[in-house]
Amino acid sequence: MRVPFRRPALGSPLQLLLLACSFALAGYAGVRLLADDWFGVALWLVGAAVLHDLVLVPLYAGADRALARVLGTAGHLEWTGYVRVPVLLSGLLLLVWFPLISGQVADRYRSATALSGDGFLSRWLLVTAALFGGSAVLLVLRSLRLRRARKQRPSAVH
Amino acid sequence: MVCEPVRGVSPAYGRGMPRSPSSPAFWRSPLRGPWFTSVLGVVLLVGITVLFVTGLLSYAAYNPDLSPVNDQTPDKGLLGFYLFAWPTDPSWLYRLTQGAHVTLGIALIPVLLAKLWSVVPKLFALPPARSLTHALERLSLLLLVGGGLFEFTTGVLNVQLDYVFPGSFYPLHFYGAWVFFAAFLAHAVLKTPAALRNLRHGLPDRKGELVSPNPAEPTVSRRGALGVVGGGSLLLFGTTVGRGFDGPLRETAVLAPHGGPEPGSGPGAFQINKTAAAVGIDARETSEDAWRLVVEGNGRTVRLDRAALLQLPLHSAALPIACVEGWSTSDQWWRGVRLRDLAALVGYEADTAPDVLVESLQRHGAFRRSALRDNQVRDPRSLLALFVNGADLTPDHGYPARVIVPAAPGVLNTKWVARMTFGDL
Repeated sequence: MRVPFRRPALGSPLQLLLLACSFALAGYAGVRLLADDWFGVALWLVGAAVLHDLVLVPLYAGADRALARVLGTAGHLEWTGYVRVPVLLSGLLLLVWFPLISGQVADRYRSATALSGDGFLSRWLLVTAALFGGSAVLLVLRSLRLRRARKQRPSAVH
Repeated sequence: MVCEPVRGVSPAYGRGMPRSPSSPAFWRSPLRGPWFTSVLGVVLLVGITVLFVTGLLSYAAYNPDLSPVNDQTPDKGLLGFYLFAWPTDPSWLYRLTQGAHVTLGIALIPVLLAKLWSVVPKLFALPPARSLTHALERLSLLLLVGGGLFEFTTGVLNVQLDYVFPGSFYPLHFYGAWVFFAAFLAHAVLKTPAALRNLRHGLPDRKGELVSPNPAEPTVSRRGALGVVGGGSLLLFGTTVGRGFDGPLRETAVLAPHGGPEPGSGPGAFQINKTAAAVGIDARETSEDAWRLVVEGNGRTVRLDRAALLQLPLHSAALPIACVEGWSTSDQWWRGVRLRDLAALVGYEADTAPDVLVESLQRHGAFRRSALRDNQVRDPRSLLALFVNGADLTPDHGYPARVIVPAAPGVLNTKWVARMTFGDL
């Protein structure tokens, strides 16, 4: 980059124009979005990004790194996926359906819809069990296949 | 790309692992790279465009420009530029557009999260800004990420009736969508050409932006990781999509609201948005003796009890219920008086029937008053229904009388109707 010393860089004028249009539209909608409870809404908007980038991502990335380290130390790094995938999928369902699974909206849900607000937790646990069970079956099958391949190898080498 | 010496790294720390996330070497996943991000980006480009369009359609389906009672966003200004009279054909139109909006939104969550994960090193990149344009672009990314998460979060909470967000869902989700889409549009214009170029190269990359200079030992391939993301989407899709159907298909929506078994049994055993008890309907008000329908218009007023309504010509229509929350039922068999015949009671010809303001006995809650446009009133399938599936309406489905209009959002199909005022709104 050859920017003359001390002259502030502008960047591409076309991109600048595009961003100006984008901010104008976002501003037009934004003042309406913030009209009622500007602090609450701004808190949610910025808070969502901060919570995701600075809490959620470090949390699950750290957990994943710890999992790989523990399994790697135990000499089973290849097991990582068999734990990671069911945890991820089950966690995803929990994240999306947390209000129903936690039961915090059970009363309102029952009163509004005449449907049972209970049972989401047990169904989530069942799905989670199925995910882990399926993963365990795949891991066992994989180990059996590897063992068979290892047994056949001596005769194959000539 | 030149690998600069990492600043802020203490040689005594760990095995030379940088402590600062602003250093590229801090990020060790071997998955990150332009190809991985581009695949996710292009999926979101298509998906979010569909979400935005179906969202705008849902907004139009409420006919907010018809009457203040339909309009949850009176300050919309230019953002309502495209509004049009919502049609009544096909009768499953809103069922399709809103089912697609909510189901696709839920299924896209893993893609959104994976995309954000794949670019998270850029959040910490230094220097904060290389130029004015770059500074503005990063500011715009706050609106993109914050706005996107805001839209997905408010949507996911609203379908679960968890109204913890700061305000009414309609204005938050509508104005939030425009803030998000403004940033999304700029981002798409800036990044799509590069993303498509990356995909055309085909091969997963080994160098380039976002690629870790010090990758950890791989535990999954890039394609494998995309498979997991796709699997997450499929899992959410598979446990959600059933709420747009009846019977055994609805039972497959095991974790989604309005999934599982139908409420109750008999002719009224189909989905309910708000029960009579939840909105304070008193059985004494809806009894044969007490309930009267008031029809007004042209300076005339007609009062009818249920027996008088039954003397009018009764018609049948097979129509679904489709809710803004994304669930719907298949066609139910409604029977009642045509709205245009009720307009005729106060002197309007069937072909020139005007708009109507419908008021419910409902004590509280949004949309206890709502407006229907003339094209909806004139449709021969639009009924003030007295029966469903061969039996009297149940209290939860709006006994003694409810509106049912083809392709209209559920909340405009007013239940426990008490008064209808015909006339241009």
